[in-house]
Amino acid sequence: MSLDKNTVRTIANLARLEVRDDELEHLAGELSNIIHFVEQLAEVNTDGVAPMTSVVHMDLPRRVDAVTDGDCQDKILANAPEQQDGFFLVPKVVE
Amino acid sequence: MAYVIQGETGDWELVIGLEVHAQVISKSKLFSGASTLFGGEPNTQVSLVDAAMPGMLPVINEYCIEQAVRTGLGLKAKINLTSVFARKNYFYADLPQGYQISQYEYPIVGEGEVILDMPDGSTRKVGIERLHLEQDAGKSLHDQHPTKSFIDLNRSGVALMEIVSKPDMRSPEEAAAYVTKLRSILRYLGTCDGNMAEGSMRCDANVSVRKAGEPYRTRAEIKNVNSIRFLQQAIEYEARRQVDLYEEGGQVVQETRLFDSTKGETRSMRSKEHAHDYRYFPDPDLLPLMVAQDFVDGIKAGLPELPDEKKERFMGDYGLSSYDAGVLVAEQANADFFEAVGKGRDPKLACNWVMGDFAAAMNRLGRSIDNPPVSAADLGGLIDLIADNTISGRIAKEVFELMVETGKAPAVIVEEKGLRQVTDTGAIEASIDAVLAANGDKVAEYRSGKDKLFGFFVGQVMKATGGKANPALVNEILKKKLG
Repeated sequence: MSLDKNTVRTIANLARLEVRDDELEHLAGELSNIIHFVEQLAEVNTDGVAPMTSVVHMDLPRRVDAVTDGDCQDKILANAPEQQDGFFLVPKVVE
Repeated sequence: MAYVIQGETGDWELVIGLEVHAQVISKSKLFSGASTLFGGEPNTQVSLVDAAMPGMLPVINEYCIEQAVRTGLGLKAKINLTSVFARKNYFYADLPQGYQISQYEYPIVGEGEVILDMPDGSTRKVGIERLHLEQDAGKSLHDQHPTKSFIDLNRSGVALMEIVSKPDMRSPEEAAAYVTKLRSILRYLGTCDGNMAEGSMRCDANVSVRKAGEPYRTRAEIKNVNSIRFLQQAIEYEARRQVDLYEEGGQVVQETRLFDSTKGETRSMRSKEHAHDYRYFPDPDLLPLMVAQDFVDGIKAGLPELPDEKKERFMGDYGLSSYDAGVLVAEQANADFFEAVGKGRDPKLACNWVMGDFAAAMNRLGRSIDNPPVSAADLGGLIDLIADNTISGRIAKEVFELMVETGKAPAVIVEEKGLRQVTDTGAIEASIDAVLAANGDKVAEYRSGKDKLFGFFVGQVMKATGGKANPALVNEILKKKLG
């Protein structure tokens, strides 16, 4: 599979990355190369093998339902470019 | 009766599927130890995980897993012993991670069903497609500042169950009945409080229309519906819009639409144009979620009696109608109250009182079943007084109002006010004689065939005795004397 310029533009938009038009050709080539590299795995016969999402042989760690965290508004807001009354302030996002 | 939308080109059928987001009842969040309490100061119930600080890792709350499984079992659904968390990628100011941890290809709960209780007493089955666990986003306030939005992350990371129905509903009423029933089941299970006003239960509707016998047409998704009444309005509006669009030669586009409750209309959310390209992939921070069959069986064994089973039992054991039983079981507290009143008594009489005078008094006074105008024991006592002929049903209504007013026990009121029913045949006979003597002309009319006058005589006797004469005895003696 190869990516064309339009697909790269869409992906960049979804990822909120600003990409100039003159960069698209080059990026399409690079991304296609990565995909081709990974596509080599398709040569392996995986018939009858269940898909897996992890190679770690352990169970998902769990925690008990107890309040052990939070109540640190200062830390949460410490890096906010703008804040007021304990809220983050961001450019208006509304329809 | 099937719901149809009449158009210029004929009748149209409505197809509805619902996605309900139900906030899981838990103390802490799905992947962090911050509190889930509603209404805290902004950004105080937020851990560094919920704020997506670099390097933070999610650790799942075991109770939320249990709650999701419990809900799945309550929906008679298949529990998937292996499920996988995935990242749903999108950008929004109240989503600090830039993705929501959700489940995609492998949800924790598969297909199930919900039985709808329609207002006419009939039932309908709606399929459940799936239930998955996911994180809630934070909250944006847009009306606090002219150019800025305020963001509070207290809700960020709270566990939600997204419950997806099959497109099995065919009218706004069925959609309303579905949400009502689902909410009832969740409350019985104790997995979600179902409070739509506080946003702990939210609903998106997928709506399309078609001519009878056609395959499904393109659907629009309506968001931002925060009450059952608005859900019905939004669906009605949207269906009409689609019919008009088709009949004008247009096409429905698959899009997200926002319901505006003040205008009563839906409108396109242009910002969501690319929103369906979520680029899901398995979350590398989380291993697959495995639950053991024993764990599932243990939860199943501890399930409470659910609305459908309770309804069956009320119909079978107490002989209640489908409608009455459906109304009583909708809220567990109402069902419990009814059972407390009806225990060892005539269940139909108990049902009539609980759904009749009692419910009316409760509504009138703005009280709730947890703070009832009359206790279950006192209402039961009143029914006992009717059953043993101490008072008539008519007097009982008076006694009930006095109970609501004074809080006194029914027997006390009956004694104080001298409302005890007259069952002394001698006294009743005397009243009847007096009434017949005073209405000689009517007696003659009755005897010449005007049967309807019988009611008039009964009324006169009841009036003469202040309503305290036993109606059955009055009837009996009157018949004898007039016969």
